[in-house]
Amino acid sequence: MLVEQVMKTPVVTLRATNTIAEALQLLRHHRIRHLPVVDDEGHLLGLVTDRDLRDASPSIFHLHEHLDDLQKPVSTMMKTDVVVGHPLDFVEEAAALFYEHRIGCLPIVNNGKLVGIITQTDLLRTFIELTGVHQPGSQIEVKVPNEAGMLGKAATIIGGRHINIASVLLYPDRDPNYKILVFRVQTMNPIPLIRDLQNAGYRVLWPNLPGVTS
Amino acid sequence: MSRNCVFVYSEQFLQYKFHDDHPFNQLRVKLTYDLLRTLGALDDRHIVTPRMATDDELALIHDRSYIEAVKAAGRGGLSEAAALNYGLGTEDTPVFPNMHEASALLVGSTLTAVDAVLSGAAEHALNLGGGLHHGFRGKASGFCVYNDSAVAIQYIREKYGLRVLYVDTDAHHGDGVQWAFYDDPNVCTFSIHETGRYLFPGTGNVNERGHGAGYGYSFNIPLDAFTEDESWLYAYTTALREIADFFRPDVIVTQNGVDAHYYDPLTHLSVTMKTYRIIPKLAHQIAHEYCNGRWIAVGGGGYDIWRVVPRAWALLWLEMTGQADVSGPLPDDWRQRWQPLSPVTLPLEWDDPDNLYPPIPRKAEISEKNAQTVEKALYFIRSQRRAGT
Repeated sequence: MLVEQVMKTPVVTLRATNTIAEALQLLRHHRIRHLPVVDDEGHLLGLVTDRDLRDASPSIFHLHEHLDDLQKPVSTMMKTDVVVGHPLDFVEEAAALFYEHRIGCLPIVNNGKLVGIITQTDLLRTFIELTGVHQPGSQIEVKVPNEAGMLGKAATIIGGRHINIASVLLYPDRDPNYKILVFRVQTMNPIPLIRDLQNAGYRVLWPNLPGVTS
Repeated sequence: MSRNCVFVYSEQFLQYKFHDDHPFNQLRVKLTYDLLRTLGALDDRHIVTPRMATDDELALIHDRSYIEAVKAAGRGGLSEAAALNYGLGTEDTPVFPNMHEASALLVGSTLTAVDAVLSGAAEHALNLGGGLHHGFRGKASGFCVYNDSAVAIQYIREKYGLRVLYVDTDAHHGDGVQWAFYDDPNVCTFSIHETGRYLFPGTGNVNERGHGAGYGYSFNIPLDAFTEDESWLYAYTTALREIADFFRPDVIVTQNGVDAHYYDPLTHLSVTMKTYRIIPKLAHQIAHEYCNGRWIAVGGGGYDIWRVVPRAWALLWLEMTGQADVSGPLPDDWRQRWQPLSPVTLPLEWDDPDNLYPPIPRKAEISEKNAQTVEKALYFIRSQRRAGT
């Protein structure tokens, strides 16, 4: 999946001449935490976050002091070394950038111009949707030897039941000789399928609650 | 015995049948009916024959194109590919002859129950043929073709203008009803179910609270697998009391899926008949405290049709009619009549033995996690109440 398929558009932005007070108001109005700063042509100049704005605001113990600070332009406090992404990045690559740079949002830039934005929340929602949980289905986990061809064999058994697979996830078991295959299948009654998998020699975890089911 | 309760029933319920090996089997309604008859707790004056829902009534919730597709499928006139687009012809909801007529009758039965109560003819009404809560606007899902409860609630809204509290105690999330009223502040939905982590349909997370004007009027309590009676009942009683007090409904519609039982093959909540005594008891109290008695109850899931469903649904009717003080042996006549047909030994008594299943490890942790889930589900109600006092 590409970033352009999940990024938010249009983006709420600031101009370099907007004041800190205006930026604060914009954040509250849209209930967001990140404001890219752009020029007249839409080129990305910098980024202002809710944390930067809080640092620039008076403490709650001095709410009525130094109010003139709030009238300064955002160009005086914006971050300019912004990590950006491209619309054609894979979502997985974008996710890695969030970890690597410990950032909360990723402005998406094409031809030097801001075209979208992804936040941590967007990314999390995308990953949840990738697991298929927003469609009705049952989840079963199958413990298989860590060998080639296991996914195909298990999927063939599911196909034999004419049950549609909404998504597949594969993760290592604690025992390195095994892997866990997670299938989200579009049926309310996975019992016949579970029986087929068991008859084929697989260990099915449904549900998987360590200490109770195994 | 209560002055007037209605039991909507017809042998035609059995026409809603996918195939012989399908877990959804309406024979369970007949088994319950026969148990109550044998007990002498149900007689002719209670029974009302249902009508079929009209196309216009179905269209209160369902797309016309979907209704036409169901009709065509039931006559063998829909291609496999076209059917699949409507969720028909899958493992869960295979096509069967006259499926439109059979499904529309189940909806009509719930409408019959609604009219019995809201016309004032009866105080409470029960339709064990209904409770098909997975049906979507334009798609069959999870053994459900038409969504009788959603149609009935919209019917109540348009014909009677009352505010409805829908309570769903099926082990599966009541997704179809929830999504139908997700943005409606006059319909409050409350579903308590096994977590969707593994179980169908996967939704019903605690943060599904409604949308737009309906935000704060959807409640979900997803419980962990292996919850057992005590923790299940804590969640149910705590949440239903607080939700009813918050919403103050005019009428209560309860979906009584009985598939959270230890014996149920499709789920893992591990409750016993104890839970199925308390569910209708509290619903009954809520109906009298807030709704002047107006209570419509429907059936739902329940896949151990021999050992679980007849007892649990009979207890629902007995509670509704003030006859719930039964215990000890089940009527011998009933057991002898049905045992030859049952693949499992029918239970001897109304209640389950204390040692129904071996103790479950991690009980304390599971209960603690469930309690946290209840807290999260009721967070907004509780913070509003604190702010108001």
